[in-house]
Amino acid sequence: MYSFNWIKQNLFSSWLNSIVSIVLIYFLASIIPPLLDWFIFEATFVADDRTGCTTDGACWAVVGARFYQFMYGFYPTEEVWRVNLVYTMLPFGIAPLLWDKIPFRKQFLFFSMAYPFLVFFLLYGGPGLSSVASNKWGGLLVTLFLGLGGILIAFPLSIFLALGRRSKMPAILTLCIVFIEFIRGVPLITLLFFGNIMLPLFLPEGINLDTIIRALVAVTIFQAAYGAEVIRGGLQAMPKGQYEAAQALGLSYWQMNYKIILPQALKITIPALVNTAIGLFKDTSLVLLIGLLDLLGIGRAALADTKWMALHVEVYVFIAGIFFIFCFGFSRYSLYLERKLNTDNNGENK
Amino acid sequence: MFKIDFSDQKLRAILIQTLVIGVLAYAVFWLVQSTSYNLEKRDYKLGFGFLNDPAGFDISFSPFYSFVATDSHIKVYLVGLANTLLISFVGCIAATFLGFSIGIIRLSSNWLLSRLAYIYVEITRNIPLILQLLFWYALLINLPRLKNSIAFGESFFLNNRGLNSPQPIFGDNFIYVTIALVLAITVSIIFSRRAKKIQEKTGKQYPLFLINTASILLFPTIIYFISGSPLEFELPVLIGFNFVGGMKIPPEFMAMFLGLSVYTASFISEIVRAGILSVDKGQIEASRSLGLKQNRIMNLIIIPQAMRVIIPPLTSQFLNLTKNSSLGIAIGYADLVHGFGGITLNITGHAIEVMAIVMSTYLIISLTIAFFMNIYNKSIQMEGR
Repeated sequence: MYSFNWIKQNLFSSWLNSIVSIVLIYFLASIIPPLLDWFIFEATFVADDRTGCTTDGACWAVVGARFYQFMYGFYPTEEVWRVNLVYTMLPFGIAPLLWDKIPFRKQFLFFSMAYPFLVFFLLYGGPGLSSVASNKWGGLLVTLFLGLGGILIAFPLSIFLALGRRSKMPAILTLCIVFIEFIRGVPLITLLFFGNIMLPLFLPEGINLDTIIRALVAVTIFQAAYGAEVIRGGLQAMPKGQYEAAQALGLSYWQMNYKIILPQALKITIPALVNTAIGLFKDTSLVLLIGLLDLLGIGRAALADTKWMALHVEVYVFIAGIFFIFCFGFSRYSLYLERKLNTDNNGENK
Repeated sequence: MFKIDFSDQKLRAILIQTLVIGVLAYAVFWLVQSTSYNLEKRDYKLGFGFLNDPAGFDISFSPFYSFVATDSHIKVYLVGLANTLLISFVGCIAATFLGFSIGIIRLSSNWLLSRLAYIYVEITRNIPLILQLLFWYALLINLPRLKNSIAFGESFFLNNRGLNSPQPIFGDNFIYVTIALVLAITVSIIFSRRAKKIQEKTGKQYPLFLINTASILLFPTIIYFISGSPLEFELPVLIGFNFVGGMKIPPEFMAMFLGLSVYTASFISEIVRAGILSVDKGQIEASRSLGLKQNRIMNLIIIPQAMRVIIPPLTSQFLNLTKNSSLGIAIGYADLVHGFGGITLNITGHAIEVMAIVMSTYLIISLTIAFFMNIYNKSIQMEGR
């Protein structure tokens, strides 16, 4: 009885609604079965090349055949355990940052701080590990390296930029405004080109940065500028009394910001910061245009192979699926945070 | 005795700023030095003289100017700029329409309809734009060949080389129709202002919308027929292996248009939804108890208040769309970054000058859009009490 009422209220509440619902149900009924057939029931999952895909559905065999490259790029097979180790440790590195109720959070946070250095050491090699040049990296590895690396390094930078943009010192204020507005005014692709083509012209001889590091620099300053504007919004939302009270207590500028202002300002900006981070994560796919083989780059390389040519839809749908899982997951997380912050505030207001 | 007091805030500020400027100046000096050394070694001469050299390549898409390979690099720049502005302009309009519709659909009381809108939003905004562009492009260039074009009546033909559509041909007398249209719009604006004043004074209402639409539609139409129907459409006709006549819209443009508007619309729809939800429920209840009809509540109460919340983030979406149009390089749309920033840069090798021009152009576009939207934004904000 309950469900009948629900249907009546939500689908057939008026004449117009009923017509719309019927049209939509007809539309879905005619579109979903063929889609499912294409995706699953008539798809080929294993084949040696595209001629092996004889059924009408999708040819997912291309994903299986290229799975190694999608995950690791051209990382040497005998060293791939290093990438796997990096992947396995990733949840442990991220979890204490995202979730404050995790047991042993303090100990985990130390691991989170060590994780980026560990990643660098494992991926590049160093004492005890043979070195793997970054042009061998690819696929999800590059996407995660640039996306998470950019977000992580940009975070402290954006805090300083945001503070600088509210500074009373004219020189620092101008510098921060010019930097932020310049970066936000140009497309990311021009920054990537800048890093790729022009940085070698500017730097003295002997300093040779890998393409991936140049991309990381471009992505980081891009994210820093956008993050700074979000954090500035949070700083502006702080009541003046907070500053005055902190100063009355005799706290210095840095003490005031570190202990009083930033903890509150960052708390209210975290959902928005997560959203800009999602944007950056998606934007890392632009590095394809400067010749890096991220997920999309590996996909394009697979499509250029005569064995798998013209399977655009399958390859793009697979890559889109991976991006969707990450981005949708993060946006859910941002919603969860928003709800949590709301209840926190209600608790205080009681 | 003179003593430096480090707890003096003013003195500290001066010291810190001098230090920052000093470090920055040194960094710039160091960069300039190494750059000039690098340039000398590569025999690279800075200067903008190369802009006047003939380009030596063709641009496939240049709707406003027929570009030839002997044209200079300045022309390449201008064509690229025109293409960037064109796709941004039509993209913004389409994204706004689509975004507003989907934002309103998401608030629909029909569960199925609002769920579908939700799925659309989540899928399009969680997948990178460049991937969506490549996807649309792959779909479009895998359409049937020219011979087997998908026909929409006698006027539109869709095939793997794009869309062939009728081309409007404006006669000499069309200028009168344009003048009539401008006149009608001006008169309606003046009339609306007067009607508003009269309403504020006496409470008398005119059917404004009806009168204005009628005058804007009717007057130019009458002029159009009086001046002898100066507008014709040239239909594309398949002769041999090619379409003759009509407009050709290449797949690159269509993919850019679809990709940019579909992607940005999902962000705009969220903004619109948040804007409408931000209007206090009490406002709607109050206007109902005043006896206002549903459409008047929408026009007079909800939309003006929602717009205040919608406009600022909408502006930044327009800016994003304009900057995102630079992704045309991924599918070969001849915009600023692809034509000038890509091909010209590679041919002439003048990386520094070309990148400086491209970046400052985007900066100017961004600042201009932001400037005008700020003016509009100020005009609709609540007046301070």
